[in-house]
Parts: sequence; C-alpha cells; structure tokens
Amino acid sequence: MSALRGVGRWAGEHVVLILGLLVLLYMFVPVFVIVLMSFNDPGSRNSYSFDGFTLTNWQDMCAPYNMCSSLVLSLQIGVLATLGATLLGTLMAFAMVRHRFRGRSAANLFVFLPMATPEIVMGSSLLALFVSAGAAGVLGFWTILIAHILFCLSFVVVTVKARLAGLDPRLEEAAADLYANEWQTFWRVSFPLVFPGILAAALLSFSLSFDDFIITNLNAGTEETFPMWVWGAAQRGIPPQINVIGTIMFVVALGAVLIGSLGGRRRAGAT
Amino acid sequence: MTAAGHLPAGPVESTLVGDGDEGPRRRGPAGYLLLLPGALWLVLFFVVPTITLISTSLYDPSGSLERGYSMTGHVQNYFDAIGDYSAQIIRSLMYALIATVACILLGFPLAYAIAFKAGRWKNVMLVAVIAPFFTSFLIRTLSWEYILGDNEPVVSFLRTINVLAPDGYLLDTPFSVITGLTYNFLPFMVLPLYASLEKLDPRLIEAGADLYASPFTTFRTVTLPLAMPGLVAGTLLTFIPSSGDYINSELLGNPRTRMVGNEIQDLFGAGDYPTAAALSVTLMAAIVLLVFVYVRRAGTEELV
Amino acid sequence: MGEDLRLTSLTKRFGAFTAVDDLDLTVPQGSFFALLGPSGCGKTTTLRMVAGLEQPSAGTIELGDQDITALKPYRRPVNTVFQSYALFPHLSIEQNVAFGLRRQGRKKVDAEVARMLELVQLSDLGRRKPAQLSGGQQQRVALARALINEPQVLLLDEPLGALDLKLRRQMQIELKRIQTEVGLTFVHVTHDQEEAMTMADTVAVMNEGRIEQLGSPEELYEAPASTFVANFLGQSNLVAGAVSQGDGERLVLDVQGTKVLAGRQRARVTEGKVWVGVRPEKVQLSAKGEVPESEANVLAGGSVSDVSFVGVSTQYLVRMPWGQELTVFTQNTGSRERFRVGDGVDLHWRPEHTFLLDASQDASAGVEREDK
Repeated sequence: MSALRGVGRWAGEHVVLILGLLVLLYMFVPVFVIVLMSFNDPGSRNSYSFDGFTLTNWQDMCAPYNMCSSLVLSLQIGVLATLGATLLGTLMAFAMVRHRFRGRSAANLFVFLPMATPEIVMGSSLLALFVSAGAAGVLGFWTILIAHILFCLSFVVVTVKARLAGLDPRLEEAAADLYANEWQTFWRVSFPLVFPGILAAALLSFSLSFDDFIITNLNAGTEETFPMWVWGAAQRGIPPQINVIGTIMFVVALGAVLIGSLGGRRRAGAT
Repeated sequence: MTAAGHLPAGPVESTLVGDGDEGPRRRGPAGYLLLLPGALWLVLFFVVPTITLISTSLYDPSGSLERGYSMTGHVQNYFDAIGDYSAQIIRSLMYALIATVACILLGFPLAYAIAFKAGRWKNVMLVAVIAPFFTSFLIRTLSWEYILGDNEPVVSFLRTINVLAPDGYLLDTPFSVITGLTYNFLPFMVLPLYASLEKLDPRLIEAGADLYASPFTTFRTVTLPLAMPGLVAGTLLTFIPSSGDYINSELLGNPRTRMVGNEIQDLFGAGDYPTAAALSVTLMAAIVLLVFVYVRRAGTEELV
Repeated sequence: MGEDLRLTSLTKRFGAFTAVDDLDLTVPQGSFFALLGPSGCGKTTTLRMVAGLEQPSAGTIELGDQDITALKPYRRPVNTVFQSYALFPHLSIEQNVAFGLRRQGRKKVDAEVARMLELVQLSDLGRRKPAQLSGGQQQRVALARALINEPQVLLLDEPLGALDLKLRRQMQIELKRIQTEVGLTFVHVTHDQEEAMTMADTVAVMNEGRIEQLGSPEELYEAPASTFVANFLGQSNLVAGAVSQGDGERLVLDVQGTKVLAGRQRARVTEGKVWVGVRPEKVQLSAKGEVPESEANVLAGGSVSDVSFVGVSTQYLVRMPWGQELTVFTQNTGSRERFRVGDGVDLHWRPEHTFLLDASQDASAGVEREDK
C-alpha cells in the first residue's frame, strides 16, 4: 500500500517534468519523421507513406528539377540579408541603449511593429510599395533582399539590445578611467562583450531569412527560393529529397549550436 | 516586469524589448547617426509600404496591373472585402485563438519544467525546444501530412479504439490545420514563458507554502501573476502570426478551412490588388484591436 | 611626485536635487584621505567628478596648478577603484592590470604587471579570468589595475563594501600598508565610520552635499563640530543644558539642575542653550551615592534600564530622572561586577571630555545608519 503511495508521490512531484518531456517529445516527432522519410522509396508521386527503404535519395540529392538552384538562391539571400540586418540593427541597438535622443519610445515602437505584424500583411505592404513605385516588372532578387533585411532588422535590434543592456556600464567608465578614449573603449571593451549577442542575432537573421515563405512568395517575381520550391513541390508531388535537405539542415544547425556551446564552455573554464 | 518578482540581480536588469534604466547615456549627435541607417530602412520599407497598402486598398478595383489603377478613395472595397470574406476572417481569428490556447496548455508545463525542474539539463532542453526549427517551416508542416495521414499509425490507432469512425480521418480538417499551427508556433510560447519563469525566485514559492497556500493556490496567486509578462509576450507572438498564416491551411486543410491569408495571397495572384489590400488592412486592424484589448486587460506595463 | 588635490566651490545638481553643494576641499599630496557620510550624502558624486565621470554644475577641480575640471577621464592622471570592481570579464587578470598602461601606448609591461600582482599577492593567478576569482581577490585586482598607473590621486569608491567582515578588516590594513609604501594620495569614500577612522589620516564627514567637519579621526571623534558628526561617528550622549558662566578657563553649565563643567577647547558654542555631549566610553557608573570624590561631572539618580554584554565591553542604558536614556560603555576589566537592570546608579566623567554643540541642531542627526 505504501509503495503505491510512494509511487503516487513521486509521480505527483514529477508530474510537471513528465508533462514537459512529453511536450518536448511531441515537438520532435516531425523531426523523426523527416529523417525517416529521407530514406523513403515512395510508391507514387503523391504517396505520404513509408513504402520502402533506400539510399538513392541521399546519393541523388539534386535530382529534383531546380531544387538545388533554389537552395543556392536562399543561401545567397540569407548571407546578404544577415550582413545587412546585423549591421543596421547593431548600430541601432547601440544608439538606443547607449545614447540620448528624442523620440526614444517612437523608435522602440517602430522596431517592435514589424515583429508584431503578420507576414501576409507585411508582404502585402511591400508588394503594394513595389508596384506603386513602378517596379512590378522587376520583382526578384533585390526586392526579396530588401524584404528580408526588413523583417530581420527588428530581431537583430531586440537581440543586441538585450545583450547590450545587460552590460555593466561601469565597465566602460572603468575603461575611460584607464586612459581609453571613446574608440578604444568601444573596440576593446564594449564590442567584445556584445559580440555574442551580435552573433546570436546574425544566426537568428539567417534562419529567419532562409526559412521565409509568405513574404518572399509575394515579392519574388520569377525568382524561386527554396521554401518557394517546396511549396511548388507540394502541389506537384513531393520528392523525398526534400526530407534529405530537411535532415541536412537540422544536422548542420544542431552541429553549429553544439560547437558554439562547447566553445563557450571551454572559454569560460580556461585557467 | 514587477520588481517584486525577483531579487536584485547584477548591475543592470535587462528587459527584452525595454527601455529600462540602462545606465548613463551619451549626449550628442552620435546617437542620431547610429540610428539613421536602420531607421531609414524601417521608414522606407515598413512605414511607407503601410501607407501605400492603405492607399492601394482605396484604388478603383476596376483597374489592373497592366492598365494601372486610379485612386478614387473607393472605401467600398472594404465593405466588399469584409462581406465576401467574413467567414475566412472569423475562421482565421478562431483558429489562431484555439492554437494559442493549445500552445499555452502545452507550453506552460514545458516552460515550467525547464525553469524549475530541469537542473543541469536546462540548456539541453532549451536547445531541444528550438531544434525542430532547424528544419524548414514548410518541410515540418509537410511532415504532418504523413503523421496524420489516413493509413498511418496515429489514425489507425484512433480508429481501432473507436475515437474515430472506421472511415474517419484527421488530415484535411480544421483539426489538422490547428494542430499544424499549434506545432509551428509552440516555441514562440515556450521561450518567453521560460524567460519570465526563470527570473522568478523559487523562494517566493516557498514563502507561499510557508504562508499556508496549497500548491494550486500558490500557483494561482504567486507564480501565474509573475509569469504574466512572458505569458502575454508568448500569446502575442503566437496569435498574431497564426492569424495571418496560410501555409498550414493550404497544406493540411481543405477548401472549407481556408483562412484569410489564403484569400489575400490568391487575390494578389489574380491581380485584384485593391481588394487584397483592403482585406490585408482589415486583418491588421482586427489584430490591433484584439491585441489592444488583451494587453489592456492583462495589464502589462512594458512590452515595447 | 604628486600635487595637492583642490576642490573649489564644487557643485553638482541633478535637476532640482543638489547632490554636492558648494564644496571646498584640499587633499594634501601623499595623504590617506577619507570622505565619510551616509548614503546619498554626495561623497560618491564628488569622487566621480574628480575622476571625470561626472561633470560639475559649478566649481573647479585642480591638481597642483593644473585645472582638470573640463578634462575627459582618460586625460586625467587619476584612477579609480570601483565599488563593484568593474573588472573586464573577457580579459585575464594580467590583461586587466595591464589595460591602463597599454592604452597609454606602453608595449612591454610584463615586468610591471608581475610586480604589481606581487604587491597585491596574486602572483599565480595572472592567467585566470575575473569570474574565477573570489570577491577579495577581485578587489585586489581592481586595486592593482589602478595602482600600476601611478596616478597622482587614487580614488576608492567603497571598495570594501562587498567583502565580509573579517576580509574587510584584513583589506583595510592591507590598503593602508600599500598606501604608506607607495606614497600616493588615496581618496577613500566610505559610509563605514570605523573604516574611515582606521585607515585615514584626514577625514571629511559629508552630509547632504556639504562637509560637516574635516580633520584627523581623533579631532572628529573627541571634538565633533555638529550633532551629525557626534552621532555619525560612534555614539554620543547629548543632554540639553545652558551655559550659566561663560568666562574663565572652564565653562559652567546647568544640566537639568546639576552643575557641569566643560573645557573651552571642545566647545563650539559658549553661551545660551547648548547640547552637552559626552561619549559613552568616557562615562563611568557608580552605585547610587558612591561616586568617588574627584573633579568629576556627576549626573545622579539614574536607573539601569538595559544591559548588553558584548564581550569586550558591557553597554548600559541608564534612564535619568528627566526621562532621557543615556548610554554608557564599560570595559569588562573584570574588576567589578556588572550592574543589573533596575539598579540605581550615578554617572560621572571628567570635565575635559565634555563637548558642547549648538542647541538649534537636531540631536538625532546622523543617528540613522543604513543597513549593510
């Protein structure tokens, strides 16, 4: 009898943890499915079942028409958008945290609004702008890039701001007290300490850009990024190579996070 | 964030999107210069397009891309849009609401577990929360077609235990659309909630117990109010994108589950810019109204 | 080697609030100077103005004959040890200590860094990062980082505040030793009056933006200039009285009907109503009626209301016939038994230990001490 009560009590204390782990498991189910399906040998073009195991999907990765070129485009835009958004956003974050100016709350609001706007609305506005500007005929690489820098910008500002605000301002005072002028203080003290935030913002930007569909779809003209290609494939018939790419994306990103955290831990523990 | 919720931390408390007391600030033009490029970008590609969208929504709908549009202040566009697509608008808001509630019910235990029960697994669990995002949104959503497919284990199981009729199905239903929405936006609920809960001093919960509160009462009167900022942030970050999404609806739903996003996309594709714009603005207005009411009632002093 | 630090009419206003009010101060070169006061009195603001981290609203700061008031902090030969240490978390201890020298363009600094680390007894920890050090060790790094630049004035902003008691006592002795060895001018800001009195040659007591009194610790303690100083430094008994005879070597006072004598040296006021002050440790207790014949001031008719045994001493609270409770500290020499609550006692002390203060001042000023 008391054993049962013991179990009951253990369960009671751990119910939240168990629930949490269950939810976590639920979040991973699609990932398992994607990895599994990358080895799928589909019975038909529209099959959604696991029909047979094969490695040809991995060997023949770029077989589907235009898939790899769309990947390349997504990567190009991702890198450029990251550079643009990170640069503009970092400057803004420094201004908002370390400098005095009028219209601070307006600036905060305008940084926040794009994050609070549904993608369909933001994409629509940009399309409306480009069309009114007479650019309806030249929608493509540059309009996609502009859009991506826009929606990444807010995330960069917020991320860098958070890191910068957590920085002890006394450190910059100490640097000045120790004969560092404004540039030296920035370069030798502020920047190294904010850098992890900037890096995180850059990674966030890249993943937002790479993965974006709704805004891109409205403003891409004849170009096709990878998410757009997947969308098209969903209508035409999904090749299993999509899951190969999905698996690779997952592994690469996970690897990057692991390397990053290991490096961080090694640096912190250095004697 | 209420100061009572946590002990004084390091030199400066950081707020995610906040304007707290962040130390001495420099005067001078440098601030404006740093702000300028980003601010310019925002104005050019966010503020101006919003204005353009509103003006596009007032174009004469009889125009077209080739022939051009004429601005006639055609407010009728709005009435037409709302009239034709009221079902989709309401459906979008409903789906988003249900998905958000589901995210709260699923996300709160997870965030709580990570904040208080995870110990040294905390970072691993946090990575696990965002890891699914390492694959593409579309590919993840597509995988639900497999998971909820007619001949797959989940549906077969539910048919066997009679929760579903023998010819019942889960795919192409509102259920699958909402499941997709919930799944895709769950991390946006978990992470802000976790951030809020993490700042909570566990000794406050002990104090609650010391003062005769049962675990549930402590949760209701201590934990929940202090987790409010995270809850509000999570709700907004989940509800707003969900209401405008059309990917889940298109991939996992049927013609009767179309959301407002689907309609806007198609209208633009068909070249009916004025109606599309009007619908877009309507959606935005509905969201702004709901958010305003919600934030007022939830009483968060600082979100921006 | 150095110059005197001179503050003239130094004022700092934050909006409607005046933090530092028309301050005049000279810190002699090579001295250990303490700025003492409760939190909010303006001492830290004054320090920051000397460092250049805060711009004065009015007044000047001079080092010798150089006016440094408008100079940026990195142009002043002044260094600061911050209250929270402000060590650069991403640099090693050696890099932290070398920081100031490097910014001045010096390339080969290893020898000096090593010597400085030895001075603060942290020689083996050069490669570590600040997060890996204890509070006491971090404090010493902060000191080394500032000292290595041989500034004309070293500013210390409550540097020992975060340390526990034993460590603080240790560091107080350390700092004093280093200052004597190195010969630089130290300006030490603190709210801990024991700390100030232990370490400093000269102490300035600040209150609400102004200096209440400046002098050696003994001067301030034995001859306080105001009720604030009398209460802030140690404890004081302040009894209402009036001067009945103001000429001659000794002043004669009427304290609640009793005749009390006071020397002229410690009298800030010599006529009219006064606060008659005497330190608790200067007062002795005798059983009622048993005061030994001597030239002592006597206040009779008290009744012990509280006894606290503090190891080294016993602290008594004695309720006097007019209602006031006076404090008496008796050293536990073991030569007599302690009094008990309710015992009738008489208080007596030597007239030269009396000090007189302006009766218009608030007798409770300086008594409130912040928790730390």
